[in-house]
Amino acid sequence: MSHGNMNLTLKVWKQKNKDSKGRFETYDAKGISPDMSFLEMFDVVNEQLISSGKEPIAFDHDCREGICGMCSMYINGRPHGPKGGITTCQLHMRSFNNGDTIVVEPWRGAAFPVIKDLAVDRSSFDRIMSAGGFVSVNTGNAKDANNILIPKDDADTAFDAAACIGCGACVAACKNSSAMLFVSAKVSQLSLLPQGKVEKQDRVLNMVKQMDEEGFGNCTNTGACEAECPKSISLENIARMNREYLGASFTQNKK
Amino acid sequence: MSKKSGFLSSSIGKKFLMGLTGLFLISFLVIHVTLNSFIFFNDGGATFNAGADFMAHNPIIRILEIGLFAGLLLHIFQALVLTLENRKARPIGYAVVKGSANSSWYSRSMGILGSLLLLFLVVHLSNFWVPTKVAVFNHTAHDTFAGMKAVFSQWYFVAIYLVGVISLLYHLLHGFQSSFQSLGLNHKKYTPLIKALGMWFSIIVCLLFAAMPVTMFLGIIK
Repeated sequence: MSHGNMNLTLKVWKQKNKDSKGRFETYDAKGISPDMSFLEMFDVVNEQLISSGKEPIAFDHDCREGICGMCSMYINGRPHGPKGGITTCQLHMRSFNNGDTIVVEPWRGAAFPVIKDLAVDRSSFDRIMSAGGFVSVNTGNAKDANNILIPKDDADTAFDAAACIGCGACVAACKNSSAMLFVSAKVSQLSLLPQGKVEKQDRVLNMVKQMDEEGFGNCTNTGACEAECPKSISLENIARMNREYLGASFTQNKK
Repeated sequence: MSKKSGFLSSSIGKKFLMGLTGLFLISFLVIHVTLNSFIFFNDGGATFNAGADFMAHNPIIRILEIGLFAGLLLHIFQALVLTLENRKARPIGYAVVKGSANSSWYSRSMGILGSLLLLFLVVHLSNFWVPTKVAVFNHTAHDTFAGMKAVFSQWYFVAIYLVGVISLLYHLLHGFQSSFQSLGLNHKKYTPLIKALGMWFSIIVCLLFAAMPVTMFLGIIK
């Protein structure tokens, strides 16, 4: 189904670096095919900007198939644009109409400082992972597969949580810039499995501590994160983290 | 002890306390709406005044009242701390936000709804709680039912009370089920029940509260 090519107006956040003050700049996107992805539309605009000697718009992207989580764009008031369950690279221009004005902003949050234009620094997520998002394994011979039996339900729930790509849309969508959905998905994917269970108390305490130190906001249970998550990570993970944190805080047998 | 203070200063601990105090305040609403519904016996306030008199003088209720105010103050204090932290977490806001696409307006407006409730509580306590306390302190009899009729004969008080009840309705619609999530209670089987219970609880309690000033103003309750 072809709508014919579209002409659009883009209002894009331009910011030189972390310390400078940004502002919106208006661009014309002409002759955009409805079959293009949102990122390909940006490629076309950038090509035109480069050939006319202007500075292109900086934006993050990598796999362009919805699994890397890099394409952080807040489009017309929603992370990853108007469609649910997708990343920006999976958003097609047929979701827009000829003549539309599209406002594109970077993720907003104290813990996600802007690097340039639409690219933000999400290393706060990496530091949360370093604080406990792993399983400690002694090196040595690899164990036989399936020597630890895992109930199907647990494996499925853990896998659903592990689908999180760490894109930060949950933080971007949350009115408080809370990272609870991301952290709870990472806590859950490990603590649901026998290999991760043994360290679950230290993990949840350390990861939540790091999350708070990074300056993310608090969870108000609006559910915006779950609604905007490209991988549809469930709020059940947040409740699981809440009760694990409560249990670990009061029963951890240290100091 | 240090571990406990660590828990309460964490983001999850603060929300835990918010949910716990919220549920505690909800438990008070059950008592409040039940007792006040005695006016619907329409017996000139005889049953209601007997209940109000019991509440004003029973020593156990007096002790619980201190706990109620402590819970209320804690709820308000935590809300302020959390709101300030949340503001700091997003120093630069979005130019365009389409919140309606992913969440309900009242779940995003708990601070405003709570502030309206606090303003309402100032009026509400000065209308009823203060006169009752003065009477108890002076060892004089107090006709709370007559006090209600006097307040609810003025249209502007009826209007203020209706605004208060609507704020309460939306605050509860989000708060009731949200508190369970903050306490870590989420279950495939029980969460839909909690959500349904929360919705019906909010609607029934608020309808009963709203009916009190309205029926008195219209002269249905005499």
